[in-house]
Amino acid sequence: MGRHYLPNAAHKEELVKEIGFASVEDLFSDVPKGMVKEFNLPEGKSEYEVFLELNEVLSKNRTVLEMPSFLGAGTYFHYVPAHVKYLIERSEFLTSYTPYQPEVSQGMLQALFEYQSLIAELVGLPIVNASMYDWGTAMAEAALMSARVTRRNKFVVPKALSPEKRKVLHTYTAGPGVEIEYVDWNENGQVDIEKLKEAVDGAAGVYVEIPNFFGVLEEEITAIGEIAHDAGALFVVGVDPTILGVMEAPGELGADVVVGEAAYFGNPMNFGGPRAGIFAVKNDRKLVRQMPGRIIGMTKDADGKRAFVMTLQTREQHIRRAKATSNICSNEALVAVAAAIHLATLGPKGLTELGEVILKNTAYLKKRLSEVAEIPFKGVNFKDVLVRFGKPYNEIHKALLERNIHGGYYIGEHFPELGESALFAATETTRKEWVDALIEVLKEVA
Amino acid sequence: MFRQAKWDEPLIFELSREGRVGYTMPKPIEDVSVEVPEKLRRKSPLNLPQLSEPEVVKHYTRLSEMNYGVDSGIYPLGSCTMKYNPKINEEIAGHPGVAYVHPYQDERTVQGALKIMWELEQWLKEITGMDRFTLQPAAGANGEFTGVSIIRAYHLDRGDTQRTEMLVPDSAHGTNPASAAMAGFKVIEIPSNENGTVDLEALENAVSERTAGLMLTNPNTLGIFEDEILEIARIVHKAGGLLYYDGANLNAVLGKVRPGDMGFDVVHLNLHKTFSTPHGGGGPGSGPVGVKDFLKDYLPVPLVGYDEENDRYYLDYNVPKSIGKVKELYGNFAVMVRALTYLKVMGRGGLKEASEIAVLNANYITQKLKGTRGYELPHKELRKHEVVFSADPMKKETGVKALDVAKRLLDFGLHAPTIYFPLIVHEALMIEPTETVSKEELDAYVEALKRISEEAYSNPEIVKGAPHNAAVRRVDDVLAAKRPIITWRMYRELKEKGEVDI
Repeated sequence: MGRHYLPNAAHKEELVKEIGFASVEDLFSDVPKGMVKEFNLPEGKSEYEVFLELNEVLSKNRTVLEMPSFLGAGTYFHYVPAHVKYLIERSEFLTSYTPYQPEVSQGMLQALFEYQSLIAELVGLPIVNASMYDWGTAMAEAALMSARVTRRNKFVVPKALSPEKRKVLHTYTAGPGVEIEYVDWNENGQVDIEKLKEAVDGAAGVYVEIPNFFGVLEEEITAIGEIAHDAGALFVVGVDPTILGVMEAPGELGADVVVGEAAYFGNPMNFGGPRAGIFAVKNDRKLVRQMPGRIIGMTKDADGKRAFVMTLQTREQHIRRAKATSNICSNEALVAVAAAIHLATLGPKGLTELGEVILKNTAYLKKRLSEVAEIPFKGVNFKDVLVRFGKPYNEIHKALLERNIHGGYYIGEHFPELGESALFAATETTRKEWVDALIEVLKEVA
Repeated sequence: MFRQAKWDEPLIFELSREGRVGYTMPKPIEDVSVEVPEKLRRKSPLNLPQLSEPEVVKHYTRLSEMNYGVDSGIYPLGSCTMKYNPKINEEIAGHPGVAYVHPYQDERTVQGALKIMWELEQWLKEITGMDRFTLQPAAGANGEFTGVSIIRAYHLDRGDTQRTEMLVPDSAHGTNPASAAMAGFKVIEIPSNENGTVDLEALENAVSERTAGLMLTNPNTLGIFEDEILEIARIVHKAGGLLYYDGANLNAVLGKVRPGDMGFDVVHLNLHKTFSTPHGGGGPGSGPVGVKDFLKDYLPVPLVGYDEENDRYYLDYNVPKSIGKVKELYGNFAVMVRALTYLKVMGRGGLKEASEIAVLNANYITQKLKGTRGYELPHKELRKHEVVFSADPMKKETGVKALDVAKRLLDFGLHAPTIYFPLIVHEALMIEPTETVSKEELDAYVEALKRISEEAYSNPEIVKGAPHNAAVRRVDDVLAAKRPIITWRMYRELKEKGEVDI
């Protein structure tokens, strides 16, 4: 099967002879004989049969359209306007590669330049790369970059960090030997400033998130940045960009580096991937020279006309090899373009409205949850709300599933000190009747 | 004659008109006011464009028309395997059971997703001869980092703390040394011999008790099969190192030989190359990593398990010596769905035939182009999936460089090969046609390269001035690096100062 993708399959023998070989096997005469073997794989099928089979398999997933979901903790159900999908599926975008030949790749280059530009407006920093794999790897690369820039070996992060990001950070910093120091939260679930002051000595970078893993808005962002800078460390802010119509740009709050998740715009959840990591820095030569990833720049063509091209490549692996600032090659270009299209569609008014609706829906969810369980942390929540129950959460979760509700994300195993806690999340997609149904079940079982 | 669309398309910011709206938003559940602390409220301007939906659609449609993809024509970018991306892949990946699934859903509600991952792993195991796979890495380089991190963890776990050196041939992809360095290794470069393959004597001399492993692509970046692979494996293993397979070039040997049978211990694949998932302008990709049984305890978490008795798929976090995670969650799932779709359509026979024709097509170009004035064919003639010509004679004789040849090809509606790589060939033209192009397309490509040769010797200016038919003329990358304009924000500032005129 598969011959319908292979135009020359019809003339294989003829073409082999035409170029002077006796047989197809002759083309493989350099492969040691004993090594060639028949693979134990199923035979191919017609597209129709594969279509039927995989549709059936995928239909076994119970989607958030079939069952209301309160899952968040780093992945959120946002509505993506339909035109985004149609535009990124344009063949010319979808089937192109890294724009190594800028003259025939102006479309992708300009779209990526616009992505960088839109993110720059959001985060308040002028230099943005064309994407990392996701927020977690962007944060880990920021840790490595901080170490290179400051020639120090410690990265300070909040203890209230997602288990995903924590693991990624440890794997990325293991080889270079960058030490990770965790700073505890205070009674409001925010970074404990006094403990941060103790930890920051000798730090290459200090990292904080907006909102943090518990969904709480850190109130002392500016103060944390000052503490970092006083200690000679870079100030790295991780941000959920959907909040940035409401919340001040991290660049205005003192961030040297901003990372985050661009795929919250323009992309469905896709069981967790693909995503696209935001990576932005101040216009500081030292930072720009040390940052990872591809960067698109505006320039001229031979006629003096505006054109776009990959630039500042002397940082990258294909030129610097072992001395590159990162090994990243393929990034998440199409995911970034989808995010850009969605952002361009929202505009300033839409982004602000999105943030407001999420804040209000989160507040409603929090208020209703407080009727049935403990909410340990006060303050303002964005998307996630930490809820503590008086009995094992897995029983509650199971009961919710039986009533066709995807309950929250259990964090007790990662943060035993918080007991039987889970993160429940709302976004602009959350419906009143879903929350009300959730509370009804929780009243019974929690 | 090819003519690419040439829209004078402004930046999306320049199309903005005050008051236009392109979105709809559901109302909040309750119109309560939420007290965001004043010091956190946004006060800085939000300079996003204001456009209606049809304007956004036209803008990005026009941009797409100024972009060349696999669906536009031949795209023989060496080492990138730009094969046709079957549309059925997109159809399946668009299923709501892909898009609308949260990664933290209870296992009972994601049996379909886990089955896809588990099945894909079974295919990849048989194709590579490996025993266990992680599907987590987001791209090839992320996979390389995973693989070398596993090698590092293995040696450290055995108390072999002195194994700090990673060997990499001089013909390797730049990501190989970069990934090894990122994982904390010192990179030792191994020269190639006159056949373009690993110099065994140099390898013998380089291995020691400090050797952690050797990263190798087979066939290598010249498109040449490392026929001494078993000897290479013996040398590395005897020294206590492990053998790492960069799967960028696997398309040459599908259904023929398996890295596992060549002696490799760790393998990464590129689903976006070998298994036909679209490259998307530079991603998303997917770079699964396979290992031999003795390394499976070091793989990232979670793995996907299958409980045959209860017919249940599950996420397995019980990986005792795991290196942790190289990316959030489980990897680029939507890419995996596409790859599995492709594998199921192709099957054993289809994959084998795909490789045979990929190799046939590369050798067809080799034989038809060799002997053309200005191009040289260094190293041996028999190639696998790609061939590397050198335009060095042309440069010396006419001043026309590989870069100019590449740009001139664009004028004929043909994508350029990879140029100036591998580094061991001067003025390299690295051509990988893949199996999904026709004889007519191959002939047209060879004809274009011959015509460019004639032009170089008769009218070199037309080549040096190329492209003439693309959306823009030759792009000034020196200016781009000298005066970086990375965002609209930077552009505005420079414009206000009168420092840009574009």
